[in-house]
Amino acid sequence: MKKILMSGNEAIAEGALRAGCTFYAGYPITPQNELIAYMSAHMQDKGGVFIQAESELAAINMVFGASAAGARAMTSSSSPGVSLKQEGISYIAGARLPAVIVNIMRAGPGLGNIWPAQSDYFQATRGGGNGDYHCIVLAPASSQESFDFMRLAFNLADKYRNPVMILGDGMLGQMMEPVAVNSSHKLSPVSYKPKSWALTGCQGRKPNIVKSFYMREGDLERANLILQNQYQAIKKKEQRFEGLLLGDAEIILVAYGSMARIAKSAVKFLRSKGKKAGLIRPITLWPFPTDIFKELSRKRKRLTFLAVEMSYGQMVEDVRLALEGKARVEFFGRSGGGIPTGEGIIKKCMRL
Amino acid sequence: MGKIYSHPESLRNLPTHYCPGCGHGIAHRLIAEVVDELKIRGKVIAVAPVGCAVIAYDYWDFDCSEAAHGRALAVATAIKRVRKNNIVFTYQGDGDLAAIGTNETIHAANRGENLSVFFINNAVYGMTGGQMAPTTLLSQKTSTTTKGRDAALHGYPLKISEMLALLPGVKYIERTSLHAPQEIIKTKKAIKTAFLNQINGVGFSLVEILSPCPTYWGMPPKASLDWIRDVMSKEFPLGRIK
Repeated sequence: MKKILMSGNEAIAEGALRAGCTFYAGYPITPQNELIAYMSAHMQDKGGVFIQAESELAAINMVFGASAAGARAMTSSSSPGVSLKQEGISYIAGARLPAVIVNIMRAGPGLGNIWPAQSDYFQATRGGGNGDYHCIVLAPASSQESFDFMRLAFNLADKYRNPVMILGDGMLGQMMEPVAVNSSHKLSPVSYKPKSWALTGCQGRKPNIVKSFYMREGDLERANLILQNQYQAIKKKEQRFEGLLLGDAEIILVAYGSMARIAKSAVKFLRSKGKKAGLIRPITLWPFPTDIFKELSRKRKRLTFLAVEMSYGQMVEDVRLALEGKARVEFFGRSGGGIPTGEGIIKKCMRL
Repeated sequence: MGKIYSHPESLRNLPTHYCPGCGHGIAHRLIAEVVDELKIRGKVIAVAPVGCAVIAYDYWDFDCSEAAHGRALAVATAIKRVRKNNIVFTYQGDGDLAAIGTNETIHAANRGENLSVFFINNAVYGMTGGQMAPTTLLSQKTSTTTKGRDAALHGYPLKISEMLALLPGVKYIERTSLHAPQEIIKTKKAIKTAFLNQINGVGFSLVEILSPCPTYWGMPPKASLDWIRDVMSKEFPLGRIK
């Protein structure tokens, strides 16, 4: 199979194009600039629309419009820019539009710096904008997954008419790795339901309205309950994770994205020293893969979970919620440009 | 004798939620009449604003999208780029188009998006209770300028149509009014021109419509119309701007 050396940012862009994305709007921000550049270079050749927007606000609202018109639409940015997009993401969720939003996280708060971080986890998984809503959040850990997950992201967005966020970080976005460009075709074909709700002009049918505004008493509550019921279904059906050496593990590291790559190397080293370590790598951050945590803590006593993050402890809260106090949970993390090293993780595990 | 008057197909036969003497109902109807006359009802996609006209889609009988406050031209840009054969228009108030959405307005215009924009200027925020708008006249009293708009404190009425006319991407701008029957006829002609420009691929077209808001001007409906004629249209002169 043909392999191409690509950065995570380029792999996301190419993966999106091959997943049938026909609309991209974005605004430059480091460390995701290769993504917007790739889209500008290739989108028009494929007959799609590329717009360099005047702001993040405009970009996400363009995605709203393109999706309302029936296109597979996406935008990308990095942390401060994704904060600006939250208004639009809330409207997209409220209007039940499919869309894909990529966040190649950098360190914050504020302007922060351009080093990799995972400190937007709360914003990504809790909603981020106003109102009761969730994005489905996928966390790729390699250029290959960056490529593959775009098809999954668009399919989930269309299936549930819900925004999907790809949550990566500057390390993932910048790192170059070989990508097998045909592999995603096996995972899930480009297939989406006809969008009978889309704005195409009302010729031969009743007019369609795309909206999130419900003034009459009870209407908004009914609309909200449709979303909430759907979120329950998503929680049941869409939990995804990768497990490593969980069979006999006593210390289970929990890490996502590029942090999981470092955690994986720490697990291998710990095993070589006779320490029974394992790894859970959440692939969906929302829905969080709670079932595997519940299953392990039900079957086995005296387990220790160590959440490792490029933040000061965000995902660890979901680990605790999943375990409901039934296992010990520890945390190891750095942020602001600091990255937990394999050595640091190993030392932490040795002290547990 | 043939039928010379009927309810537009593109306008649902409903009472509106607008205050007595408000101009929105007239503007909605003019757009509906032009859509019918151009036989584009099946191709039209409207983008409604946030403001008093947020539920314009309850009255128009064609495809509509909401947009977040100020973002109508970003939403419309994408709809038109995705669906080049549809006729896409935005309907926006002064706060939407000229305050919170100024950036989206200027850049959609500067890109020369092939869109029709209907800009309702009533010099006040209506839906939220009559606050100062970017287009509020000097000395005009609003709930946030209770002593009247003071240039030293609040700046000047924003002439965004004249600003937009400077941009090469903008092909047509006209300011009209709803204060008298002949002005309403001119408004309808301008709306038709804006749609025809889009149909013919001419490019960005905007009609600014001076529209009465008796409730928040604190005037009876007839006095509001006279105020447009005697005061507001002196600050915002009527006619072709570009």
